[in-house]
Amino acid sequence: MNATITDSVPDAQGHFGPYGGRFVPETLMFPLQQLEEEYFRAQQDPEFQQELSYYLRHFVGRPSPLYLAARLTRELGGPRIYLKREDLLHTGAHKINNAMGQILLARRMGKTRIIAETGAGQHGVATATVAAMFGLQCVIYMGEVDCRRQELNVFRMKMLGAEVVSVTAGQKTLKEAVNEAMRDWVTNVRHTHYILGTAYGAHPYPVMVRNFQRIIGDEARRQILEQEERLPDLLVACVGGGSNAIGLFFPFLQDASVQMLGVEAGGEGIIPERHAARFQGGSLGVLQGTRSYILQDENGQIQLTHSVSAGLDYAAVGPEHAWLRDQGRVQYGYATDDQALAAFSKLARLEGIIPALESAHAIAAVMEQAPKMAKDQLIIVNLSGRGDKDVAQVAERMRL
Amino acid sequence: MNRIEERFARLKKEGQKGFIVYIGAGDPSLEMTRRLALVFDKMGVDILELGVPFSDPLADGLVNQLAAQRGLESGTTPAKVLQTVAAIRLESQIPIVLYIYFNLMHRRGLEPFVREAAAAGVDGLLALDLPPEESGNYEALMARAGMSVIYLVAPTTPESRMELIVRHGRGFIYYVSREGVTGMQKSVSETIGAMTAKIRAHTDLPIAVGFGISTPEQARMVALNADAVVVGSAVVHQIAEHGRCADLPERVAAFTGALLKPVKDKSSL
Repeated sequence: MNATITDSVPDAQGHFGPYGGRFVPETLMFPLQQLEEEYFRAQQDPEFQQELSYYLRHFVGRPSPLYLAARLTRELGGPRIYLKREDLLHTGAHKINNAMGQILLARRMGKTRIIAETGAGQHGVATATVAAMFGLQCVIYMGEVDCRRQELNVFRMKMLGAEVVSVTAGQKTLKEAVNEAMRDWVTNVRHTHYILGTAYGAHPYPVMVRNFQRIIGDEARRQILEQEERLPDLLVACVGGGSNAIGLFFPFLQDASVQMLGVEAGGEGIIPERHAARFQGGSLGVLQGTRSYILQDENGQIQLTHSVSAGLDYAAVGPEHAWLRDQGRVQYGYATDDQALAAFSKLARLEGIIPALESAHAIAAVMEQAPKMAKDQLIIVNLSGRGDKDVAQVAERMRL
Repeated sequence: MNRIEERFARLKKEGQKGFIVYIGAGDPSLEMTRRLALVFDKMGVDILELGVPFSDPLADGLVNQLAAQRGLESGTTPAKVLQTVAAIRLESQIPIVLYIYFNLMHRRGLEPFVREAAAAGVDGLLALDLPPEESGNYEALMARAGMSVIYLVAPTTPESRMELIVRHGRGFIYYVSREGVTGMQKSVSETIGAMTAKIRAHTDLPIAVGFGISTPEQARMVALNADAVVVGSAVVHQIAEHGRCADLPERVAAFTGALLKPVKDKSSL
């Protein structure tokens, strides 16, 4: 892989080739420019970086372990499988890496109010947590359907002092929560910062969120070199908007021998409105601030989506993923609801780890790939979150 | 000159202010949209702004979101909106602007969409999530088709950006009089005068002011500083309330007329 793959994108306007950019109402154009300037200034500021690493280490609990899943490895009979344990972080998922970075940025910009969207509730909990920590007012938008299926996280956000607004428009899931958060932001932009939770949206969000999440891959690269004295052969991560995946993949992009697999939500199979696999049934479009692959009908209306996992149940995918797919650098597949649920149980019983349903999609892909690979190969899979939030939903499905 | 430019030239000559009405296309039906357009034309509305319904109208407040939902439920597609404009053109030369989310144009393809809109009789497009920075060949295509590219200026727009926007805009500049989504307001912003003066320092284009105007007094106040006043949600709300009544056009006309009157009454300004 040549060096230009990461050096050339995004351009100054946030384009990853034909993807990305900034497609928002005029009211947000200047605030986004200000955010961009402030972010890149902070990124170069040693004091900001020091403050961020301090909190990541002492509050969030980084570095997260890279753990050899020995029984899963034996069961599948293929390469050694390492789990990047983002599930062990404070609040239970990788989302806190980005929430922490953005709240420090919001403080630098003098913002007094924080808003965020959330699907599975992990980003909402992470945002509510950092808002509580710094004493900032916090409002979280969450689809009504997601509030129901991820109720535990709704309670957590409320306990942390956030206001949770249940969104009843459309299909009442993540996409509608983003719409509502953007409406709030457009109205209150002078004193409010929008902590967008994934590598999506208008520039600079995709690049900023990726940079706050790349610590996952930076650590994993160092850890695998320590533990195995060589690079992995395959990285696997689930892809909703795509922040945990880009966080793991990005630091390995220059390592030509490392293959990468992003796993979308196949829902009940690739049938319109029954899945959320944008690279399977999607096409080029512009939604919620950026140009990327989206699930839409022939007139450009956004299609309904479905996934057992609220965090992957979204009609669009981050622009950098679309670009990496075009480059042939990352492969994208999908796991269905049933495959994810089987992987959920498998990891629980074999390794004593209950994964988030989102991360279970990545485990499902590993279960498919590992038997095709050699025993002396290495896989790193991002265990992006833990499954406490999913326990009630899965228990119901499994009739426990 | 297209119909928008002609209309503003005429208003200027007559020393009149313009009055622009926004409704959601296909709310409650495209046939009603056509009838309302003819009613608006007859009562002296200067420009009709038609919202093309989109599944994810993130710049719109609840009133216009619900209108878009009703539009989608009545089977309204971008192509059918253009057919409706063509039908209006059989009986009316009222200038028509489409208020549209960019994905709907993008999906059809920019070049064919612009060509088909012009052929149907559309005079301008307001693609509200397509800023000049992302416009690519859109402005050139629009110019070739004789249509106006309408851009927004917001209260958060600094003067350096105003300069850029007015350089790219055609027909008129749409000043969004407050931060937020579309919707009715109890009072109009006090900064309108200062902001329109700043915009005027950079352009001779007419300035239309909208977002939140819902009473005759607000319309009068805004007309003091604007070349044209836009009313949207307040009219859409009337359609929502009386959409099933046989006399909907008359009711909407009566409501709209009360807002139009102070804008056209020179002695009140």
